[in-house]
Amino acid sequence: MTALLSVEHVTRRFGGVVALDDVSFEVPTGEIVGLIGPNGAGKTTAFNVITRLYRPDAGRVVLDGRNLLRTPAHRVVRRGIARTFQNVALWPSLTVIDNVRVGAAARSGGRTPLEVLEYVGLAGVAYRPAAGLPFGTLKRIELARALASGPRLLLLDEPAGGLNHEEVEELGRFVRGLREDFELTILLVEHHMNLVMGISDRVFVLNFGRRIAAGTPAEVQRDPAVIEAYLGDEHAAA
Amino acid sequence: MLAARTAIRVLGLALFVAVVVVVPSRISEFRASEFALIGIFFIAILGLNILTGYTGVISLGHGAFMAVGAYTTAILMLGRPGLEAGGLSPPDWLPVGDGMKDVYTIPIAALVAALAGALFGLPALRLSGPYLALATFGVAVATPSVIRKFDSVTGGSGGLNLFDSPNLTGAIFNAVHVPGGRTLTFNDWLYYLTWTIALALFVVAWLIHHSRLGRALRAIRDDEIAAVASGVGLAWHKTLAFSLSALYAGVAGSLLAMSAFSVQPGAFPVDRSIALLVGLAVGGLGSLVPLVAGAVFLVFLPQWAQDLSQAPGVPAVIYGAVLIGLMIVLPTGVGGLLRRVLGPLTSRLYPRSQ
Repeated sequence: MTALLSVEHVTRRFGGVVALDDVSFEVPTGEIVGLIGPNGAGKTTAFNVITRLYRPDAGRVVLDGRNLLRTPAHRVVRRGIARTFQNVALWPSLTVIDNVRVGAAARSGGRTPLEVLEYVGLAGVAYRPAAGLPFGTLKRIELARALASGPRLLLLDEPAGGLNHEEVEELGRFVRGLREDFELTILLVEHHMNLVMGISDRVFVLNFGRRIAAGTPAEVQRDPAVIEAYLGDEHAAA
Repeated sequence: MLAARTAIRVLGLALFVAVVVVVPSRISEFRASEFALIGIFFIAILGLNILTGYTGVISLGHGAFMAVGAYTTAILMLGRPGLEAGGLSPPDWLPVGDGMKDVYTIPIAALVAALAGALFGLPALRLSGPYLALATFGVAVATPSVIRKFDSVTGGSGGLNLFDSPNLTGAIFNAVHVPGGRTLTFNDWLYYLTWTIALALFVVAWLIHHSRLGRALRAIRDDEIAAVASGVGLAWHKTLAFSLSALYAGVAGSLLAMSAFSVQPGAFPVDRSIALLVGLAVGGLGSLVPLVAGAVFLVFLPQWAQDLSQAPGVPAVIYGAVLIGLMIVLPTGVGGLLRRVLGPLTSRLYPRSQ
């Protein structure tokens, strides 16, 4: 097992809040890795550190054996990391295909923007402006944009957000298919436990910025620290 | 389907060219100079559109880049002999030449303005939103004084006179001989020169809009974070947008110097910069052809307001009232109106599926 991405002892503070506290985890090549935890656990912060939108206060991020922290944010995609955003960050005034074309500009060769749109089932709306399309469609455009950049590592931030039960099951199959069809390694932040446990090869659990558990889905689900974190969260919510 | 779209665009451009060619024969010579002025503002607004319309960076200082273009042209046309004949003493290290034909100075004016744009853009783009707009405003405010300060080459408050320069094509009263054996009056020559350049720069702006660069700029405008995550470098693209946009302003300034056969600091007040933004808003941010309407507005509305009343202050109030009214009725400019009216028609021509 070789790690495509390793996050090593990363700490990130916002004022007095420690969003990530000495967090380490590895994403082995070809695996689907789940990153879970209650709200505010630091999952999206981890994504933002990996994609260089945030600079960590301490620690390293290594891609393919090379320090990623020397790569400026806009070069990360050329090093093979593409992402989606929790709340969907598209360019509404651009057409759907132009959104994907901007992603495709990061690399040459591979599937064309239209082919990627066909893959995600959106070739029919390719020349429509992205503005005004339904949320589920926007999420697929965002995914197409990420895929068009020819990534080796795909970061998905809550892909199941806003989907119903059946759609989540379909998404699970779809993500597994992505890994095969695009030869991807996938890091997944997700609240939907069934999805994460169903498709991940391994899972890391964060709580209040700390890594509290790691292992296969079965191991993590039995872990008392994880049960505590989630039960505590539910009590707090109730 | 794509062929139909291209055909419509080519036809549209051909129509545009035809109108430009026919206009001088239909109007008086005086009107030709006004229409040349519209072309000049059209060029400047096209440039501002690259920065403000595509990239979403507001500049309140584009008059400064017009001034750079205008002074570059004036100084190069006069050259060292001309400047010294006017009692000026340009520093020895400054390559002002020995006098250059007016049309040859246009590309140089464009490049000097583009360089000025890049030099300003590089540090200024660390600022964002209203702070950057204020920084550009500062440039606009300072421009007339900076020009006066370097009076050994700019002529100070009096400016530079090109009226009797042998390098001014047509020299106002002489007929201009153009290829094909025809002769033109000075104003018609200026009109054709301006609109030929305007059409070329229009096509360039259109190509930018539909290129990888244009998509990257519009992506920055819509969502910077997503643009960065997709590989669009903000500093490089914004500086490039600033530079391209200043290049257009430089060309406009260069032509303005020829049409006024002089340059003065007073020709580049803050109002000039604001006016360009007004023209862009009236034409429609992000539009292309409708920007002509913005240029027409800038040239004719002040005159029209003057015609209505000469009483002190009244023309300015009319101008302001019309502008407010227009922004209420057409918040997305003439371009937005056209999109709304023509959208349903063109969507039949351009199938959205497939």
